[in-house]
Amino acid sequence: MKILFDGIDEPGLNTLEVYERRGGYRSLRQALAMSREDVLQSISDSGLRGRGGAGFRMGQKAGFLPHGDMDKYLVCNADESEPGTFKDRELMQKNPHQLVEGIIIACWAAEIDRAFIYIRGEYEQQAEILEVAIAEAEAAGYLGQNILGSPLSVSLVLHRGAGAYICGEETGLLDSLEGKRGNPRLKPPFPAIEGLYHGPTLINNVETLSTVPHIIRMGGAEYAKIGTETSTGTKVVSISGDVQRPGNYEIVLGTPSRQLIYDLAGGPAEGRQVKFWFPGGSSSPVLTQDDLDLPYDFDSMAKAGSMLGSGAIIVVDDSHTVLEVMHKLVKFYAHESCGKCVPCREGTNWTLKMVHRIQSGEATPMDLDIMAGVQTQIIGNCLCVLGDAMAMPVGSMVEKFREELEAEIESARERARAGELEHVIPLGVADEQAGPITVHDAAASARAVGG
Amino acid sequence: MSALRPGDPRPEAESTSGAAGPGGRRRTSAPVPRFGHGSRVPGWDEAVDLTKDPALMPDPATTPVPPQLRETIEQAMAKYPDRRSAVIPALHAAQEVHGWCSPEAINQVAAVMQVTPGYLSSVATFYDMLETEPRPKHHDVYVCTNITCSLRGADELFEAVLTAAAGRQDVHVKSFECLGACDIAPMASVDGEYVGPLEPADAERIMADLEAGQPVLRDKQLRYRRCADPGVAQGAEEFSPPEAPRADTAGLRDEPDRPGPTAAIEVPTQEASSDGGGQSPGRPERS
Repeated sequence: MKILFDGIDEPGLNTLEVYERRGGYRSLRQALAMSREDVLQSISDSGLRGRGGAGFRMGQKAGFLPHGDMDKYLVCNADESEPGTFKDRELMQKNPHQLVEGIIIACWAAEIDRAFIYIRGEYEQQAEILEVAIAEAEAAGYLGQNILGSPLSVSLVLHRGAGAYICGEETGLLDSLEGKRGNPRLKPPFPAIEGLYHGPTLINNVETLSTVPHIIRMGGAEYAKIGTETSTGTKVVSISGDVQRPGNYEIVLGTPSRQLIYDLAGGPAEGRQVKFWFPGGSSSPVLTQDDLDLPYDFDSMAKAGSMLGSGAIIVVDDSHTVLEVMHKLVKFYAHESCGKCVPCREGTNWTLKMVHRIQSGEATPMDLDIMAGVQTQIIGNCLCVLGDAMAMPVGSMVEKFREELEAEIESARERARAGELEHVIPLGVADEQAGPITVHDAAASARAVGG
Repeated sequence: MSALRPGDPRPEAESTSGAAGPGGRRRTSAPVPRFGHGSRVPGWDEAVDLTKDPALMPDPATTPVPPQLRETIEQAMAKYPDRRSAVIPALHAAQEVHGWCSPEAINQVAAVMQVTPGYLSSVATFYDMLETEPRPKHHDVYVCTNITCSLRGADELFEAVLTAAAGRQDVHVKSFECLGACDIAPMASVDGEYVGPLEPADAERIMADLEAGQPVLRDKQLRYRRCADPGVAQGAEEFSPPEAPRADTAGLRDEPDRPGPTAAIEVPTQEASSDGGGQSPGRPERS
């Protein structure tokens, strides 16, 4: 069943002409003929959960916004930076009007007249396509004052970011949109009460908003019949990593995970096995082969100790070590930590150092306990979930692959002792002048200074 | 993120993410560079001009700003309820003009926007795409080295691109975090054009295409890729560049000199037939 991806490869779908021919903006007319309350009720009835990561019900979120005459804002979160996620890219590139229509309907439901799309800076093509789509919609009277003769007025501005993962976090995104460094804010107050420019703000993901026109078209109750009871509708999953056909697939929530990885994406290469997989982007705790038969929906993933997140499945096969994936993961979060909260800023960098210790043969199995301990001290102790996003998968890797990591530690120690790790250190720019340094030297000098 | 500038090592230790290469290992205890009085901080003992207002805004009357840049910034400011929201677009525009967020660029933005240069610097240093150090102006090659891409061999690719670009002053290579195109892993963004999946051998082709000023790796551009979902793309071959100019799935016009992100956007009214200027795109020749 294709809802969001229906006809997505049709040439020129990004133009207003083709989109309208396919029935575009009919949902908007339908919504404007309904009262705001009915539209909101329809979205609530659909049970649509946020597709960006948290899985919060959109209808409920929109309902939190205070009523009355005040400056309220809608922000579409198109800062898709979670490693493994690329669904919004495809949706925006190929069907931008679907998103614009969804934004206008959401503005109607929540009595908002100013909307922004915050798109990540790297998506240059997508930003250009959206700019054109917005201009087309404005020219056709779908944006602007008194849309289609209704009392609704919406101005939509596309805002391009400049490359910071943290700006995908909703309050970091708001700060960035206000022209500041993208540091997350203390919550509460939640954005629905006090967000952009201190006004109540509704923030939703691209995919969530793109679904809205279809909910209006089908009716909320009808949409809720798709999928499972608590995870309704379809979801675009981005499958990548060690699979033969990586890409975006629209699935009905509740489809068995094995079917996604093997039937749709082709599974790992011939002769390889799935070692572990991230069910919801790199921030989700990893699952193993044993979990492949779980239905892919919000609750099943949560029950398995992970999360559906942004719907990005990264598959890792048995040709890779846990340590190398962990290294990439930790390096990413250490680089992207904004530095506002200590547990995250220090914890991510500290974990990176622990991974380096393992690689250079300096670690002992006790280090794994310390590493796991660090993760527990990050989780829940920061303003946003970036720290948690590193701590949860790392914690799960240590827990599920402890034996392998211990073996890795041992073998690295052996190799360091035998002098085989001499070549290991590809020196960074800063160290080039100093010439090659062996692990032995490093370990010795670390001891010399009491490290 | 490490910027490649051969023969220009920085004296200070960079952040850990600067380490590049396959199996990047720990930064070991290289001798710490020392500056005046044995300090690790360069310039700490130089006197600060205390007579200067720390929050001094450049005088708009005496700061020369290129008219085009001024117009772009003013247009950006007009789009938001609060003019500060235009900081990132304004810095982007200034970077287009100056090549990087130089003190001069920041001063010009500050003069137009009436915010302090310090505030702009704080923003410029936060974001990866705003360059706070001088760099060649022309081509950006961002190689994704995040999880998915590295599973598919991005580290080798990054090394290959570094090697291919070595000695070229007009190419700026950066290892980047996830660019949101894991379906074409390992991939790179060349001047904003996503290409993949790449092999180390493609590094030379990227350089050749940049040299020739033609679209980079046209047969591997993401914009021509169809949706992987079998339900919507039956029998679509991957990575087939368009045989003739057409309104592609992405709908992008097929011009080598497509307008940059900051160029004025014109609403395309013409159909596919008039697109592309009659140029028939073929595969770039391999040398």
